[in-house]
Order: sequence, then structure tokens, then C-alpha cells
Amino acid sequence: MMRKKVIQSLLSIAAVIVLLIVLNSFLSSFQTRIFNLCGIYVILAISMNLINGFVGLFSLGHAGFMAVGAYTSALLTMSVQTKEMNFFLEPIAPWLLNVHLPFPIAIIIGGLMAALAGALIGAPVLRLNDDYLAIATLGFSEIIRVIFTNTQSLTNGALGLNALPNIGITGSPKEAIWWIWGIVIFTVVFMVLLINSTYGRAFKAIREDEIAAEAMGINLFKHKMMAFVIGSFFAGVGGALLGHLMGTIDPLLFRYLLTFNIVLIVVLGGIGSITGSVISAIVVTIAMEVLRVLDGVMHIGPLVITGIPGTRMVVFSLLLMVVILFYQRGLMGNKEFSFDWFKKMKSPFKTKKA
Amino acid sequence: MKRKLSLLLALVMVFSIVAIGCSGGQATTSGEPKEEVIKIGVFEPLTGANAAGGALEIEGIKLANEMYPTVLGKKVELVILDNKSDKVEAANAATRLVDQDKVPVVLGSWGSGLSIAAGAVYKEAGVPAIGTSCTNPLVTLNNDYYFRVCFIDPFQGNVMANYAFNQVKVKKVAFIIEKSNDYSVGLAKFFQDTFKELTGDQNSVVYTGYYNTGDQDFTAQLTGIKESGAEAIFAPGNFTESALIMKQAKELGITLPILGGDTWETPEVIDIAGGAAEGVVFSTFFDPNAKLTGETSKFLEAYSKKYGKEPAAVTALGYDAYILALNAIERAGKAEPQAIRDALAATKDFPGAAGTVTLDVNGDAVKSAVIKTVKGGKFTYLTTVEPIKK
Amino acid sequence: MSFQIFLQHLVNGISLGSLYALLAIGYTMVYGILRLINFAHGDIFMLATYIAFYSITSFLLPWWAAFLIAIILTSAFGIILERAAYRPLRSSPRISIMISAIGASFLIENLGILIFGGRPKAFPIAPIFSHVVVIGNVSISVVTMIIPIVAAIALIILNYIINKTKTGMAMRAVSKDYDAAKLMGININYIISFTFAAGSAMAAIGGILWGLRYPQLIPLMGIMPGLKCFIAAVIGGIGNIKGAVLGGFILGIGEIAIVASSPALSGYRDAFAFVLLIVILLVKPTGLLGQNSAEKV
Repeated sequence: MMRKKVIQSLLSIAAVIVLLIVLNSFLSSFQTRIFNLCGIYVILAISMNLINGFVGLFSLGHAGFMAVGAYTSALLTMSVQTKEMNFFLEPIAPWLLNVHLPFPIAIIIGGLMAALAGALIGAPVLRLNDDYLAIATLGFSEIIRVIFTNTQSLTNGALGLNALPNIGITGSPKEAIWWIWGIVIFTVVFMVLLINSTYGRAFKAIREDEIAAEAMGINLFKHKMMAFVIGSFFAGVGGALLGHLMGTIDPLLFRYLLTFNIVLIVVLGGIGSITGSVISAIVVTIAMEVLRVLDGVMHIGPLVITGIPGTRMVVFSLLLMVVILFYQRGLMGNKEFSFDWFKKMKSPFKTKKA
Repeated sequence: MKRKLSLLLALVMVFSIVAIGCSGGQATTSGEPKEEVIKIGVFEPLTGANAAGGALEIEGIKLANEMYPTVLGKKVELVILDNKSDKVEAANAATRLVDQDKVPVVLGSWGSGLSIAAGAVYKEAGVPAIGTSCTNPLVTLNNDYYFRVCFIDPFQGNVMANYAFNQVKVKKVAFIIEKSNDYSVGLAKFFQDTFKELTGDQNSVVYTGYYNTGDQDFTAQLTGIKESGAEAIFAPGNFTESALIMKQAKELGITLPILGGDTWETPEVIDIAGGAAEGVVFSTFFDPNAKLTGETSKFLEAYSKKYGKEPAAVTALGYDAYILALNAIERAGKAEPQAIRDALAATKDFPGAAGTVTLDVNGDAVKSAVIKTVKGGKFTYLTTVEPIKK
Repeated sequence: MSFQIFLQHLVNGISLGSLYALLAIGYTMVYGILRLINFAHGDIFMLATYIAFYSITSFLLPWWAAFLIAIILTSAFGIILERAAYRPLRSSPRISIMISAIGASFLIENLGILIFGGRPKAFPIAPIFSHVVVIGNVSISVVTMIIPIVAAIALIILNYIINKTKTGMAMRAVSKDYDAAKLMGININYIISFTFAAGSAMAAIGGILWGLRYPQLIPLMGIMPGLKCFIAAVIGGIGNIKGAVLGGFILGIGEIAIVASSPALSGYRDAFAFVLLIVILLVKPTGLLGQNSAEKV
């Protein structure tokens, strides 16, 4: 049984890779960009789901961790010349100027720095309960943003960093899809393994009932910290990828709104379901782009409807409210995709006939 | 139930992928049977923090399109996309313009950050872009495909420092800088460099205070300035915060001259600051009274006919970006990105509504600046400052 | 720093602190009863200023009538918000109700952009408010003087309601023990609606005064003050009205003090509230005036 599952999983990964090859040759650069953005949001949503969904810690600090990852990776990969061009108002700190690392190492360090930030902030705030934790993590992410705005010789302040290198080693834009979706596959596999390990069971126990979990001998703080740091790591990696994909970052990018987008994805997908987060991240990212028509002029046959700018965000806020009020479990609840579904899917018809 | 729902959502997903696939396709197929058109892309903030500026520029672009609807005998079609005052969205919108809509040239945007984010996309795609009012030097630096019809921040900072020193005759200034706004930080720095040089006094900036976008209370900074011995305040920044600075300065009994940059030229500044806006001085791109070129009067006439009021400076820049694009297409003889780019790079003494445009090696316009003040609740023309010839 | 400049800073700080205090009271009341961070509180505050704005500019009402209408409508809106977004989730996990609060906040903000437009509007100020009084070298506008007085009056009325009326007694009971209060025959729904109405009214008063002091309206104006005032409530000890006032003043005067002591630090001003929050939560999680309450199983 176990072996069958492994084979099934490997087959589905292979299928995804084939799909990527096909997509990479067929999609236009605009579509590839959106598709890559989907991948980044998958990573971000899964990492938030680990903290919020599996351990039940309501953290709103994602934008802050992403900022740490994005800035670290950007500063490590930019060439000396690009840095000098960027820091034209106030020169960059000399020790930072000549650091130059290849992309794969830079995003890992980006993730590690975010994890470190997660550990630093987690140590004091993880002892708090839900609402305080939410506001403290939100506050932390705001503090990061304020610091990045003000430390001009390190981050270039409000001017942000521009001309970030493309994702990958060769610098070709075609490479991005492999890196991003490769990391997506890695993240999904890692999370699935983590959730099904003893740690994963401890996480869920904490989510269901902290006091009972503690009574069972689960070290609350250790497990919360672990989930928080891992979540921060992937948030940092996601932030770094986002920065490289866009080619430019500044502190304003990492506002609370960014965290809200990820919360939206996680809630729609189902708090506590990796499958849900994956589907929801892809659907929401594409929908954000498709629903752009709401803000512009629509042509429906002879009808011309002039949209009011801003309608799109109202639709998304409404969607979040509707889901949380009437369909709290989201798309998947805390269920995961499995190949057994296909078997089950046929069965209802059979039973009906019988 | 859950499974059905997830299947449904998966279907929605597939459908939406197809939908974005088609949205590009539709545009081309619906265009083919009709007469051939030349598309010009426009990406401007229509929502979000910069929506006000974006709307003004679109006004100018649309007006120019009405006045000059054809080029090379073909109809010009504007493809306007919203960049939501957000960098991610700006880059997405830019990709969409060059990729889905296949425009040969793009206009925009209000807000340098948005232009920089989109600039990388245009550079990669080899599609030229004409900046309207993005004044940050980085927009065109190291980007052969970005041009602009406005001057840049170093020039503007220089102009205001000279004005403060020579006209207002002050030796000590105080800064209030919007720390989270690249425009404000840059302008203050260029002002400071020139001002220190003019006064020959390294300590001529006696107070530097900061604020963040969205702040509403500036009393602490202003009270600090009150005792700093400053003779003038330079406070470039977003117009909403700046209007509150003017108002609170007056309430605190501060009578020093307040100087700023082009962002102040919006009616809201006068609405919000009221009488406190009287006498503030700022540099900008354009004024109806500074009859700059023959095109200026054409533009003014058409604008007042359509809107019945005086145009904002950035509206004139939107107008200029459009007519420069048409001019470049004409000079190139075809609507192809590379040919248009080369034609743009060779632009010299092009008469725009907001002054004569000559593009330098970086693709920046070398042109005159206008200095304005607020008098009797109206923006009033003071003087024109000629460009520094290198 | 001369003494007069110091006095000027103090006046600025008290004026800002009183505004924070008024908003913080609303947060603390709702939290005290429902144990819910009403993320939409800042947006209710925004709505109040817009209602006052349109009453004056479009319906040409005198300012006092406009203010009264704004307070009443905003209270009604608070009740509707609670019924629509919070009541259905009362027995759900805390995380759901918090997400609902965040969703409501974003919905109001985005609807605000749609309906009111993204451009700032100038809050109309009756001339009597904009008069400036100069004492020595210290300038005080009439609004600045009114703000602490209004805050004090509002506080006295609220204190009376909570401590001397039956409704107030019921509010205290619900806040102490929700289930026991229910068993004692207290109409929980009525009490919660009343709390939301009172909290929103305080937000409306705060919003109008804010508009008079900083006459610039944008649909997103409630976000930062909203967050900061929640922090003020936590600092003072959440659920405690006097604590909220204390927290508001600490925050307002603290922010001014940072900028006044060193202009170079003024860029970090927005971080001050959050740093203070984290410090307080570590040192005294119940806030300065809060009481200890053990987690119930």
C-alpha cells in the first residue's frame, strides 16, 4: 500500500514536470509570468497554512518575512555595478557592496535570514495567545517595513532595489518556471512529509486543544517555534522569488495588504489543507488577473459597461466574507487530495444502482 | 459535496486559464476584419494611492488622441491598463501590453516606482516607453527603451534650491521629508546638494525631519522647525500630507515660506490646506501663462473647450507623451518597436504643449521648469527657469 | 529646548493622545465583551467622517446636526456589522471570527474607495473651530482645546452608563463571565449590540474630531489610527476603559516625544507603537491597568 502511494506520488510529480515542459513552450511571456506568480503564491500559501492552519497560530507577519527574504537575496545577487547604480543617493555600506553569490545560494540564505527573523520574533510572541499573537506579528511586519525604509545605506530606503537579476543561473527568463515550480514541488513534498510525521501530529494536537496537547507531553513552545521558523523560511524563499520575478522591490510592496492576499488564499482553500492552498493560490492569482476586466471597460456584445476602478478588490473582500460566514471550511476543509478519490468517485453511482 | 465543489473549482480554474489565453486572442481577431489600427499602450494608476495623478494624465492622452486620431493613415487605438499604484501590478500590466496586446509603444506612468517596475519588462521585450511625469533618474538610467517628456528630479531640486537662495534670499532651510516616498527623498537630496554649494555653508540645512506616507500629524516636526532658526521649509512629498503640513504650520504660527515640488499642483492641496496654502512655492512642468510653444495654445484651446477649466501640468505631459509617440511613429515610417525606439532617441527640439523636448543620451527631456505659487486660492504662475545646458 | 517649545510639544501630544484615547475606548469595550479584535473599528471611524462630510457638503446641514447624524448612523452601522459579520460566528473558533473581522475591514475600505473615490476630500470646518489662540509663544487652535474636553465628557458619560445603569451592570457581567451572565437571564444579544453601538459612537466622535484636526478624508484613513489605538488599548489593559485612555495618552505623547527629541528618529515613529506593544506584552501582558485572568479550560 505504502509503495503504491510512493509510486503514485512520483508519477504525479512526473506529470507536473511534463505539464511544465508543455506550458513553458506554449505560454506567452505574459501567461508565463502569471503562471510563475501562481507558483510563488502556492509557496507562500502553504507556508502560511503551516503556521495558521496546522498549528493554529494566527500569524499576520508573512509580509515581513517575505521582505527579509527578498532583500537578502536581492542584495546578495546584484552585481557591484547594479548596486552602485541603485544607491545613487546614499552609497551602500561598503561591506555589502562586493558580496556577490549565485542565485540558488542567495535564495537559501534569504530563506534562512527570514527563518532567523522568525526565531527572533517567535521567541517572545509565541507565548501569547491568538489575538495578541495576530497583532504582535502584524506589528512585527510593520516594524520590518519601517526599518527597511529608514536604513538607507543597507536597503536604499524608499527608492527600493531595481534591476534585480532574473531567476536562475543563466539569466534567461525561460529558466524561471523551472526554479519556481521546482521549489513548489519541493515545498509540497516537504510539507506533506512534515505533516504526516510525529511533528505533524503534534502540530494538529496543539491546534485542536493546547492544554490537552501539553498534558500529553507535547512541548508547546518547541513545536510552535519549529512551525513558525519553517513557515518563515518558506515565506522568505517566496519573497525572494517574488522580488527576482518582478525585478524590483521596495518597502511599500511588503505592506499588510500582501499578507491579506495570502490569508485570502489560505481561507478559500481551507485552513489546514495543502491541496486546498495549492488550488486556491492558482485560482486566486489567475482570477485577480482575469477579473481586471471589472475595473475597465467591458464589451458584452453590443453592450458597453464601464467598470468602476476598485470593483475587483470589493469582489475579493466579499468572497472572503462569504466563505468565512457560510462555508467556513473553505474549498477543502482540512482534507487532502489522494488517489483514493477516483475509486470513491465511481462508488456513489454503483450504490445508487444497487 | 466537497468533492463536487473542488471539481467545480478545478473547472473554474481551467476555464480561467483558457480565458486569459483567449483575452489576447480576441483582441487580435476582432481587430483583423476591421480596418488596420495602430495600438498605443497606456499604463497608468487608475486605482490606489496614485489614482488622482493617473486620471489627470489619461485626460491629456485621451484629448490628444481625439485631436490626432490617425498616424501613417491608420487609426490609433489606445489600450489603457490600470497598474493599481502597485509595482507587481505595474509589471503585470506591462507584460500584458507588450505580450497580449502587442503594442509597439507604451505611455506612462505617474509615479516613478511604477515606471521602474515596468521598465524592466519593456527593456526585455524591446518595446519603447515614453514616461509622462516620472521624474526619478533611475527610470531611464541603463534602460535604452525608456524615454520621458518631463525633466528629472536633480534638475527640479536644483531649480528650487536656486529659487530659495536667489529669490527668497534665505540662508538656512529646514526639510520635512516623506521617508517612504522615493520622489521626496530624492528631491530633498538634490535640493540639499545645490543649496549647500550656493550658500557655501555645510550647516545650511538646520533641521531634517521625516514622516511616512499616510501620517496626519506633523506638529512635532513643525514645532521643532520653529526653534531651529530655519528661514524656509522645503517639504516635497505627496500632496495629501503636504496640504496638512501647510495647515498645521499655520496653526502653529509658522510664517516661513514653504517650498515644494510638482506633486503639489492638485486642487486638493488648496481644498484641504485652505488659506494656509497661500504663498507656498513649488516647481512644476507647465503653466498656461508660460506660452511655451505653438502646441501649447492648441492644447489649451482644446482642453478648455472639452473640460471648461485650466489643465494640470501632468495632463499636458500626458498629451505630450502621446503626440511625441505619434511623431516618432511618423519619423520611423512604420509602427515597429525598434524603429520607434530609434526615432525617439533622435528626438530634438520637438514642440510639445509643456515646452520643447530634446532627449539627451539617457532619454530624459531637457526642458524648462515653471515656478508657481498659490495666490487668492489659485495656482499662479511666477517664473520660468531655463534648462541647464551641458 | 525652550520651555515654551516644550509646552507646545506637550499641547500637541495631549491633543493627539486624546484622539487616540477616544478610539481606543471603542476597541476596549468590544474586546471586553466579546474577546474580539474588531479590525473594522478604524473603518467605522472612517465612515463617520465621510457621513459628516456628506451631511455638510451635500445635504447642507449645519455642522452640529451633521455630527449628530454621523454619530447615530455610525452606531447603527456598528450594530449591523456585529449582526452580519460577527454574530453568525460567535460559537466558531477564534481564528474564524478574526478572519471575518479582517475581511469586514477590507470590504469597508474597498467599498469606500468604490463609493467615495480614492481622492482625498477636504473636511469642511466651521470657522469657530479653526480659530487659533496664541498664549505667549504657544499656539493652540480651538479644535485642539476642544478635543480633550470632548474626550473627558464622553468618558464621564460612558463611566456613568457602565457603573450606574442596569445595562452597564449587565455589560460588566457579560464581560466577567459570558455563560454565567446568560444563565442569569441577561439578554446577551442586546448587550452586545449596545456595546457595539456605544463603541461605534465613540469612534464617530473620535472621527469627527479627527476630521476637524486633520481635515483630509481618504477611504484608507482608518487603518493606521485603528491599529495604533488597538495597541493603546492593549497597553492600558484591554477591557479597561481607564486603561484605554491612559494607553492613548502614552502613545500620543510618546510619538510626539520621539520626534521632538530627535528629528532623525522621526522616520521610525510608526514603529514606536508596535515596539511598545511587544515590550508591554512581554513585561506585563495584561497591560498597565489590566487584571490577571487565567486561561479557562
